[in-house]
Amino acid sequence: MTPTIEATMPANAWLPLLVLASSLLPGLVIFFLAERRYWTRTLLNLTGALIKLALVSAMLWGVFHQQQYEANLPLLPGLDLVLRVRPLSLLFLVLSAGLWLLTTLYAIGYLEDSPNRSRFFGFFSLCVTATVGVAMAGNLLTFLLFFELLTLTTYPLVVHRGTEEARRAGQVYLAHTVIAGALLLAGTVWLYTLVGTLTFATRGFVADAVDSHRWSLVAIFVLLIIGVGVKAALVPLHSWLPRAMVAPAPVSALLHAVAVVKAGAFGIVLIVYDVFGVEVAAELGVTGPLALVAAFTILYGSTRALFQDDLKRRLAFSTVSQVSYIVLGVAIVGPLATVGGLVHLVHQGVMKITLFFCAGNLAETLGIHKVSEMNGVGQRMPWTMVAFTIGVFGMIGLPPMAGFISKWYLGLGGLEAGVHWPLFVLAGSSLLNAAYFLPILYRAWFREPPAAWPEERDFGAQETAWLLLLPTLITAALSLLMGLFASMPFTPLEWARLIAEREFYRP
Amino acid sequence: MTSVLVFALAGVGLIVLGFYALLVQRHLLRKVLAFNVISSGIFLLLAGLARRAPGAEPDPVPQAMVLTGIVVAVAATALALAMIQALRAATGRTWLGDDGDEE
Amino acid sequence: MPMPLSGAEWAAALVFVPLLAALACFLVPRAANWLGLLAATLILFATLGLVRGLLGDGPLRVAVGAWAAPLGIDLVADGLSAVLLLMTALVGLGVSAFAPAYFAEHSEQRRWFWPLWLLLWTALNGLYLAADLFNLYVMLELLGLSAAALTALSGSATALNAAMRYLFVSLLGSAAYLLGVALLYHGYGTVDMVLLGERLEAGAVASAALLAMVAGLLLKTALWPFHFWLAPAHGSAPAPVSALLSALVIKASFYLLLRLWLALFSGLAGLLPTLLPELLGLLGAAAILWGSVQALRQRRLKLLIAYSTVAQVGYLFLAFPLTGVQAGEIAWRAVLYLALAHGLAKAAMFLSAGGLLRFAGHDRIADLDRAAQRLPLTLTAFVLGGVSIMGLPPSGGFIGKWLLLEAAFTQGRWGLALVVLVGGILAAGYVFKVIGYAFTATKIAQEGEAVPLAMQWSALLLAFGAILLGFAAPWFWPLLEVGAPFAAPLAEIGTEAIAEVGAVSEAAP
Repeated sequence: MTPTIEATMPANAWLPLLVLASSLLPGLVIFFLAERRYWTRTLLNLTGALIKLALVSAMLWGVFHQQQYEANLPLLPGLDLVLRVRPLSLLFLVLSAGLWLLTTLYAIGYLEDSPNRSRFFGFFSLCVTATVGVAMAGNLLTFLLFFELLTLTTYPLVVHRGTEEARRAGQVYLAHTVIAGALLLAGTVWLYTLVGTLTFATRGFVADAVDSHRWSLVAIFVLLIIGVGVKAALVPLHSWLPRAMVAPAPVSALLHAVAVVKAGAFGIVLIVYDVFGVEVAAELGVTGPLALVAAFTILYGSTRALFQDDLKRRLAFSTVSQVSYIVLGVAIVGPLATVGGLVHLVHQGVMKITLFFCAGNLAETLGIHKVSEMNGVGQRMPWTMVAFTIGVFGMIGLPPMAGFISKWYLGLGGLEAGVHWPLFVLAGSSLLNAAYFLPILYRAWFREPPAAWPEERDFGAQETAWLLLLPTLITAALSLLMGLFASMPFTPLEWARLIAEREFYRP
Repeated sequence: MTSVLVFALAGVGLIVLGFYALLVQRHLLRKVLAFNVISSGIFLLLAGLARRAPGAEPDPVPQAMVLTGIVVAVAATALALAMIQALRAATGRTWLGDDGDEE
Repeated sequence: MPMPLSGAEWAAALVFVPLLAALACFLVPRAANWLGLLAATLILFATLGLVRGLLGDGPLRVAVGAWAAPLGIDLVADGLSAVLLLMTALVGLGVSAFAPAYFAEHSEQRRWFWPLWLLLWTALNGLYLAADLFNLYVMLELLGLSAAALTALSGSATALNAAMRYLFVSLLGSAAYLLGVALLYHGYGTVDMVLLGERLEAGAVASAALLAMVAGLLLKTALWPFHFWLAPAHGSAPAPVSALLSALVIKASFYLLLRLWLALFSGLAGLLPTLLPELLGLLGAAAILWGSVQALRQRRLKLLIAYSTVAQVGYLFLAFPLTGVQAGEIAWRAVLYLALAHGLAKAAMFLSAGGLLRFAGHDRIADLDRAAQRLPLTLTAFVLGGVSIMGLPPSGGFIGKWLLLEAAFTQGRWGLALVVLVGGILAAGYVFKVIGYAFTATKIAQEGEAVPLAMQWSALLLAFGAILLGFAAPWFWPLLEVGAPFAAPLAEIGTEAIAEVGAVSEAAP
């Protein structure tokens, strides 16, 4: 199909605002709720999440049928805050809205009886508000605004436990993100003074300035990529991520799969495609180095993951590695690689959140935090470990899992672009993935369980609380189904293809 | 030497003298006096320089300004003296200490 | 709704309401809380009336009591004064709402707080409305005296020491300013800013006057290296007074400097007027870096906030080297926006520090002990104020920082842009240092005393104001344009641009 985005339907300003409000308002109300108001809080959380999902679905349908959704607010002379829903936004919107609902369910179960829940869920909601704002940003200023808001709203979640260790992790997180934010701001203002606009456009908006300001544009590209690359945990900007693992498991899930890391990766997608345009970026000669950084990050993250005994830290380094698949797909100039990178944005989110849910279940139910404590845990918690196994197979990229689809397109994309080294990176990374994940599965399923678990809680006939198990099983099932039915309409793969066709490589 | 120049030099001399004393003198009362000397110098300058042509009628505006300035200086001196008394009552000192040593 | 009063009457009310209220509070101390709040409300109302008049009728010039200058007193208002009056009214109302609850535990201080604060307010409003250099001097002195007296309010040895030093600095600063006035009167026979702007020529008299006035005002604005008096004074005053000093008082001397620069000196040619902006920018950069690093090192909350003020003052001076060339007007708007945002944000931060002090009985940062959970409203106020200080979006501070960066990048002033960015990072460092400890439990759990809601909400609303300012720019530009205060100075546009002195604001030349 060859439709244009400049559709004839009247612009609809309300839906994007309502999408923001559906988590902002519950969040603000929740701050004022007393700790014991469990049901009110739960009701607000779930209502907000369901409404958001419904609104996003409506827009998904609308955008598929050429509707346009846009809201403007003047902020500076000549610069507006713009929320505009495009196919690319929807990819991220659906991911965050869907996973927010599941993570909220999980968090309700996980934080039962722990202190400061109103504060936690309040910031949780604000964090998702910032994330959907990032997804819907129509220009770089709006993106910057919500990106910084994301920093502010995740900080209280990282330090939520109130320990000295959490405080230090929070300081490290901030030191990284604030400096990155300053670079992002510098690049944004500089770009604005050069080209006079910041509105995201298909194939970018800087093409006119390439001849006159080549090196300025290269410098701006570097500033912007470092600015978002910290959140995307590109090596060597990644060291906040493993440290932030002191936060509760739902926060880790949120950081890795829904909000922060994803916002960073999404930012790289936007900068390459909608600010510079991938062909202009290639002409400036910046995509090659970006691809190399991504490749290095993939291999480095996997290698570091091999040596982590702490389960959550191993998963964190795995995230460092996996998120750069997206960057790799973006940096290889070609439609198939684009599809691979974009689809991995969703696939990685769903698979990684499954693994974090499982890690949380193990910690909450049996007090297991280390890989070396996982002997025979498959007998004690079969459902959790089935989900974990599906997630692991997806990460390694075994067919027919979702991860296989991503890697397939990335590899094909590399060949299409005439470069072969991505194939070796992918193969090497898959081997490393197998090397750090399969021993866990071996321990869990084939070793004898110990006489006693580190800190066991009793859930009667069930292996763990159903609120912890249900979201885990759903995301595990999703990562299987997204691979099996990848070619059905409205799957992430089809949507990524639609984006590539509509926005990037229109014939 | 015209009378204007005499006034000007005398005024500047008073200002410099007062400024020196303000920096050098440790006792707060002397600092207050130094400030009053500075003020006098400025008033002299203001009134003395007002007559810009020899033999012309003096300009009344600077006279009004100097009067107002004297009122302000008196008020400032009163406040400073009151604060010196309070400082002496609280610390027994009549000079400025390092900030923070009274924690 | 038809306005019962004209802009001129609102302007007169802005000076007389606080003055009369100060007298009333002095005479009837028991009713001071109510009188003060009433006056604050009236002043806000009058400011809004004046703003409305300015937007409708353009810049304003009134001869009070129909006595014309030079012996009479003129009041003038344009966009620049209106914006600062508005900030003063908002911060003033916030602090006035905070004060009754705060001083309920310090009743002997309350007796003096209200008259002094309302006198201070009179001086502020008078200063923003004054048309001639001598009235500006009188207002400056009134400001300095009432501010020094307020600093000494708590009567502690530290406070008295700091107030004494502040008083001397303030007197010396005004004396230098008056010296400049004397020189200008000698040279040009007038103190009216419009007339002076017309008559002023480059030369020894103008240069000497410029130097004396700038030096005096820098001392009062606490630009590095003249900042030495600020932190002890702002750190040891009672919280509402600290808020007033940091948010409003230093802005007044900065306003005066800006006014003189715009109306008199920026049009002069010569060595001094070309070098001075660069020097001011350099000092501003030093202030940002030095003040921020000092703030990072502080262990007590109020001192941290005070050093943050030292740093934020630096931002105001970064505009000087950026103006006079293309995109210069953006730089003035940027610093004005930064000044406004800083006023609201810093007042909110000092008031929340006052809340925390009441709550915990101390302001040691490392012992805040889960204050984020135990005193959430106050902490939120601190954080939101901090967001604006850091210049994170959306906030007034962000808009100011964006515009400043825009001006710097347009002119290729990379060094200034770098300072702006590094200052923001350091600010995030010291603000989040506080927040980090406020989320963390100490080994020994701390006791907390109840904090009245009036104290918490007044801080929070001011902080909201600093955030909302981030969305208010489209409404601010038209007001700021009234009388074109940032237009090119007289020497560049030629004298024929001034048609009637009475109709044109004093800033236009």
